[in-house]
Amino acid sequence: MIDFILNDQDICTGQPPGTTVLDFVRYHKDLKGTKIGCREGDCGACTVMVGELVGDQVKYRTMTSCLMPLANAAGKHIVTVEGINPPDGSMTPVQQAMVDESGTQCGFCTVGFVMSLTNFCVDDTAKTREMAVSAIDGNICRCTGYKSIERAGSVVSGQLSVVSSLTDVADKLDLAIKSKVVPSYFSGIKERLAKVSEKSNRQPTTDNRQLQFVSGGTDLYVQHPEHMAESDTTPLLYDEQLRGIRDVGEHIEIGGSATVTDLLVSPVMQSVFPHLYKHLKLVSSTPIRNMATLAGNFVNASPIGDMTVWFLALDASIVLSVASASADASAERDIKLRDLYLGYKQLAKQPDEMITAIRFKKPGGDFRFNFEKVCKRTYLDIATVNTAISLSVASASADAFTITDAHVSAGGVAPIPFYLKETSAFLTGKIVTEATIAAANEIMQSEISPISDVRGTESYKRLLLRQLFRAHFYEVFGA
Amino acid sequence: MKNIDSKSHVRGESVYLDDIPVVQGTLYACVFDSPVAHGKLKSIDKSAAEKSEGVFRVITAKDIVGENQIGGIVPDEPLLADDEVHFQGMPIAIVLATSEALAHKAAKLITAEIDELEVVTDPRVAAANGDLIVPPKKFVMGDTAAAFANCVHIFEGKTEQNGQEHLYIETQGAYAVPMENGGMRVYSSTQGPTAVQRAVCRVTGLAMHQVEVDVQRLGGGFGGKEDQANAWAGIVAVATQLTKRPVKYALHRMEDMRATGKRHPYSSDYKIGLDKDLKIIAYEASFFQNAGASCDLSPPVLERTLFHCTNSYFIPNVTATAYCCRTNLPPNTAFRGFGGPQGMFVIESAIAHAAEKLGVSPVEIQKKNLLQTGDEFPYGQIADSEAVTSWTQADDKYDFAKLQQEADEFNAKSKYLKKGVALMPICFGISFTKTPMNQARSLVHVYTDGSVAVSTGAVEMGQGVNTKMAQVAAKMFGLDIGHVRVHTTNTLRIANTSPTAASAAADLNGKATQLACETIRDRLFEIALPLVEAVSVEELSLENGFVHRNGEKTSLEWQTLVMEAHLQRVSLSEHSHYATPGIGFDWTTAKGHPFAYHVYGTAIVGVTVDCLRGRYEVDYVKCCHDFGTSMNTAVDLGQIEGGIVQGLGWVTMEEVVYDEKGKLRSNALSTYKVPDIYSVPKDIAVLALETDRNNLAIFNSKAVGEPPLMYGIGAYFAIRNAVKAFTDCSPAFDLPFTPEKVLMNLYE
Repeated sequence: MIDFILNDQDICTGQPPGTTVLDFVRYHKDLKGTKIGCREGDCGACTVMVGELVGDQVKYRTMTSCLMPLANAAGKHIVTVEGINPPDGSMTPVQQAMVDESGTQCGFCTVGFVMSLTNFCVDDTAKTREMAVSAIDGNICRCTGYKSIERAGSVVSGQLSVVSSLTDVADKLDLAIKSKVVPSYFSGIKERLAKVSEKSNRQPTTDNRQLQFVSGGTDLYVQHPEHMAESDTTPLLYDEQLRGIRDVGEHIEIGGSATVTDLLVSPVMQSVFPHLYKHLKLVSSTPIRNMATLAGNFVNASPIGDMTVWFLALDASIVLSVASASADASAERDIKLRDLYLGYKQLAKQPDEMITAIRFKKPGGDFRFNFEKVCKRTYLDIATVNTAISLSVASASADAFTITDAHVSAGGVAPIPFYLKETSAFLTGKIVTEATIAAANEIMQSEISPISDVRGTESYKRLLLRQLFRAHFYEVFGA
Repeated sequence: MKNIDSKSHVRGESVYLDDIPVVQGTLYACVFDSPVAHGKLKSIDKSAAEKSEGVFRVITAKDIVGENQIGGIVPDEPLLADDEVHFQGMPIAIVLATSEALAHKAAKLITAEIDELEVVTDPRVAAANGDLIVPPKKFVMGDTAAAFANCVHIFEGKTEQNGQEHLYIETQGAYAVPMENGGMRVYSSTQGPTAVQRAVCRVTGLAMHQVEVDVQRLGGGFGGKEDQANAWAGIVAVATQLTKRPVKYALHRMEDMRATGKRHPYSSDYKIGLDKDLKIIAYEASFFQNAGASCDLSPPVLERTLFHCTNSYFIPNVTATAYCCRTNLPPNTAFRGFGGPQGMFVIESAIAHAAEKLGVSPVEIQKKNLLQTGDEFPYGQIADSEAVTSWTQADDKYDFAKLQQEADEFNAKSKYLKKGVALMPICFGISFTKTPMNQARSLVHVYTDGSVAVSTGAVEMGQGVNTKMAQVAAKMFGLDIGHVRVHTTNTLRIANTSPTAASAAADLNGKATQLACETIRDRLFEIALPLVEAVSVEELSLENGFVHRNGEKTSLEWQTLVMEAHLQRVSLSEHSHYATPGIGFDWTTAKGHPFAYHVYGTAIVGVTVDCLRGRYEVDYVKCCHDFGTSMNTAVDLGQIEGGIVQGLGWVTMEEVVYDEKGKLRSNALSTYKVPDIYSVPKDIAVLALETDRNNLAIFNSKAVGEPPLMYGIGAYFAIRNAVKAFTDCSPAFDLPFTPEKVLMNLYE
């Protein structure tokens, strides 16, 4: 049985754990406000808020319910539009702003926008127009052209300016309740979640021989929706053992179930990567970043996985552990991330192994990192080519840089997410000049093997990587 | 006045097809569709599917009781493939099961033996093979051959335009429920309830009075549910007829994308001739339309390409020929603009080509050739033009020269970021070009409590037509809009409707509603005369819920008057008919007056291209648009902003990709990208054209659904100008201008 809270209702369901939250709310609970647009997390029409007890606070994040197994709802507060509608038939301030600014036309995508903006009202982000727009970066509207929705977001963020001065979530929730952004029952959710979480922490009685791990589900539910719906999934997304981002002296260590959003808000990561926000904004969308995990991205082995390319350029290591409870700790092993990939979707990993942690060396000295990605649509798209670079630099003068250590990676140019070994080796020890960049490109072009597909022709991908490689130096060293 | 559906939309209480409460006993359909684009269908093996869990029945072409045909204009589209398959995604068999998941599972167990035939995806190849769906269509004005002899400058070229997926967020779907005596009610996500009714009747053999089609609203249409909704309604209707059970089918996104047609891709040739003063003297164009596997709406789309082949320019000598080419793609169909954008892109390309070769700004050529009132279109209609006024008002307000200068100065200083600016005038004809379709009906009931119910043939799909219908009734009766309710579009209440298309629904159905309300109002005035001691109905008006006499409020309330009329046995209901006067077109001469009026406008589009990476952003679209007298500025502004962004999508990131086997590669939202919130222009400024011309629109408000889409074409030319600012090149006129094409033009 899976226990969670759906809007104001305690749920204890025997539905298969692989059932999507979308199907559960629409077809088992008859809550029809949550819409089906694509079933692959790309349109946001099915966006729900997911509340999780973190310490003594309930933190809400948006997720696309089409990719979310019920297993991941266990112990959580799932909020659909029916859960925020004022019972008296009126509208919340978010709904009112959408109406006032004509942010709805056909209405089919509208609820997704309402949920994203409502979550924005109760989450930790700065209450600016920019962040209001960011909150709806995973919602597609085909009617309005978005300008009216931007205006609605602007109104909402303006109204929330008071909230920005309050840092603590409980207060934000209180304020949200007082200003009727969410109904009053939200005030009791913390206590109720504590009880539900206790129940859902009980060890499962069935053994896990089926070994259908699922973390965020953001790729598995796109690739194999029917199989996943019927499978006895073992959820990893909210496994406390697998989360957290820690500075452990020499290294930064990240739990395998850390999401992209976890990275984005991590002070440790922010201190290492000054452009973290700008770069991670290029990775999918807010609700997907809230679900997608690093381990999932690595194991998925997509040749254009953004986070894989990112961590390849950090020359990260991964910890592989045997999943079954009976296995002892010695079953753990460390390998380089770049050694995980043997061929297209082929991994140097046993089926019962999972990635429990990721480690990379904490940069010291003059460390420079850049991430580039180009796709048909700049945001909320899969890369045609992506690439990352990390450089350790010694400078003799203000404009003479020697590379003391280099790691370059690229996606979309090989059957695997690709560590550019030769290029990286070539760069090490070189002085940064136009000639160095040109010579490195020659090597890079000989290392890669892109193919023509729906995302671009081979010749385009080669040209694009050349340009993005140039862009690394442009970004890292200036013009 | 906000869209009257806004509140139920934001509360998630609006009802779409998949939200209709399901009747007990409902079966769920799923189609097994063709895995190859062209071939002889030898056999179908459905045995495994029939044994699959929860499967009730599997239906193939031979089970169809009526005619296996849904082609409206040309009977070339079987509902289910019989002896041949013509495109990948063509329905072959229908699986009915007790749940959607089980139906999908079983459909995967069906196999078909198909002998593959040659696959054609290129319209020029189809034309060379002589495979045209209808004979070529031609517009001729003047004598181009003679005129070219007098031209100082002549340029010839070729353009390619890709298609566009509608990507309504609600997918296609239908739900049939059996009724007494063999009839059925069909809920359909369609822009054309009557088209669905006809298709259902054809495949079931039922008479039209046995089939009720009901449409609450659509989660987006954009033309994609004008004819293409018919197949899904036909499928559930056939299934309901054979099983006597309710049958529902709401398509999954990938089923929808691979099985439905899109905006037509075109390949076109042009030849443009100018005199020494840059006046365009002659223009020839050949349009090869990629119609897909069956006719669908391709001929009228093709015709509108011809109607708009000179955009908002006057050209005295024009020869334009259009070919409707049959290929092995899903039948391409209506999409906002309906062939108009495809015609306009070619003339704009020809002008850009000429300007590039002559070393002048295209703006100079555009401006010199704008239509004047009294000029003749190539199809014989005389222009009542706002082309110059919209251009001038846009220039006065936004100062094109200054915007161009700012871009030039920016480009001089910036190494990798380059700005480009382009102007895009538009001229779009309003009316169905098939004259008989320009008719509509409205049914208005006033109830004894004073509330008003309106039914029309218009389908609400986000464009706000129901809001406008309610506004018409409220205005005619002097009531608050809360007193008026607009009901579902239903073929029992309103028969023989034209589809909600051609930007004409508000005009046609609004006029019919106005007539119905006028008739009821005039009856009520007769009742009111003695009650307010008036002599003539001319003295009376209805305002704010009261009868007014000579502009003064009387004590006679609306509700009292209504009840009094009822007690005096006077009808409070009216069903009215409207047909647009004064329009017509003769295809034997290809001349006439097909449009009630034209909508004009001018947009300035500015972009910034990142020439290091090949990405771009749209900085602004500033337009002066001809609204007439807008009935609802909030709704109309939404149509303009939405149309512009959809047009931008078509010319930039939206790339429909079929491989040489006719398989759709851009088959999901992960591979087909429409604009997200970050790809829209940072600024969209809309200036209402000030004009007091009378027109045939409802309350003098001009149609607004389609025209703004074509402003988006300006983004193509703005990007092209920015690319040219980085390097000396001449990018091919090839839509869409994806980041790939940008980068390849910059460096290859």
